[in-house]
Amino acid sequence: MTWLTFLIVSGIAVIFAGGLIFSRNAVHGAMCLVASFCAIATLFLLLSAEFIFVVQIAVYAGAIMVLFLFVMMLLNVQGQEGALAGRAPGQLLVALALGAALLGQAVWLVARGGEIISRPARIPAGFGSPEDIGTALFTRNLLPFEITSLVLLAAMAGAVVLARKAGLSPKPNGAPAGGKPE
Amino acid sequence: MIWNATVPFGAWAVLSGLLFTMGAAGFLVRRDPIVMFMCIELMLNAGNLLFVAAARYLGVVDGQVYVFFVMTVAAAEVAVGLAIIVAIFRRKTTIDVDEMSEMRG
Repeated sequence: MTWLTFLIVSGIAVIFAGGLIFSRNAVHGAMCLVASFCAIATLFLLLSAEFIFVVQIAVYAGAIMVLFLFVMMLLNVQGQEGALAGRAPGQLLVALALGAALLGQAVWLVARGGEIISRPARIPAGFGSPEDIGTALFTRNLLPFEITSLVLLAAMAGAVVLARKAGLSPKPNGAPAGGKPE
Repeated sequence: MIWNATVPFGAWAVLSGLLFTMGAAGFLVRRDPIVMFMCIELMLNAGNLLFVAAARYLGVVDGQVYVFFVMTVAAAEVAVGLAIIVAIFRRKTTIDVDEMSEMRG
């Protein structure tokens, strides 16, 4: 894990994250985000987190982004918005000021952060392997793991209820429920 | 040779802060709710990156377990959020966030 590798991969991640923010087309932004997620997955690999690397590729760059692209395809809304087309006055200024504040905090952390900032990595053998993760997940974190299954169940039921046509109430002006006929 | 020196924790903190900042700025500036959602995902990834880096530099694997939980909750959040966007689009045939002001008091 050297500076050269770190700078190349993190540069790719930052450049494609900028592509998400500045692209006019939402689909292009999604593609940029997939590339950024892959770069971040490579950073996980550099941090000897092999399991998280695989999950990042499969869940984030795979499943979640496919969901985004499906919804874009379903709604077929694109080109209605120029990039950075803020309508509120001073919106861009507020965003830039808040971003500068966050970046300043990061710089302050490095400058004044104390011992952990310059600490070299010291890791035990087998760190980050699926066996190691599994031991931590199913012993010390068993209760959060079980609660996670409840969260997923609730999200699944909620998504089905929300996306169902019959569950929609009519508009206040008397238009029929369900929007466009298919 | 400086290129072969190991990367300190501070570099990861700066990278994570930069990615989070870009996500936050994008969330505030863009008006398309799908793009805003993707900016939220970018912010979550920045947080995950800092978790994994801290796990590595402290030598404690629990940070990676928390990242696993964050990813699960993010997947659930995306499913529900996109279902809400689809439901709103069915009712209003627009998803511009400036048009959604019914709940304003």
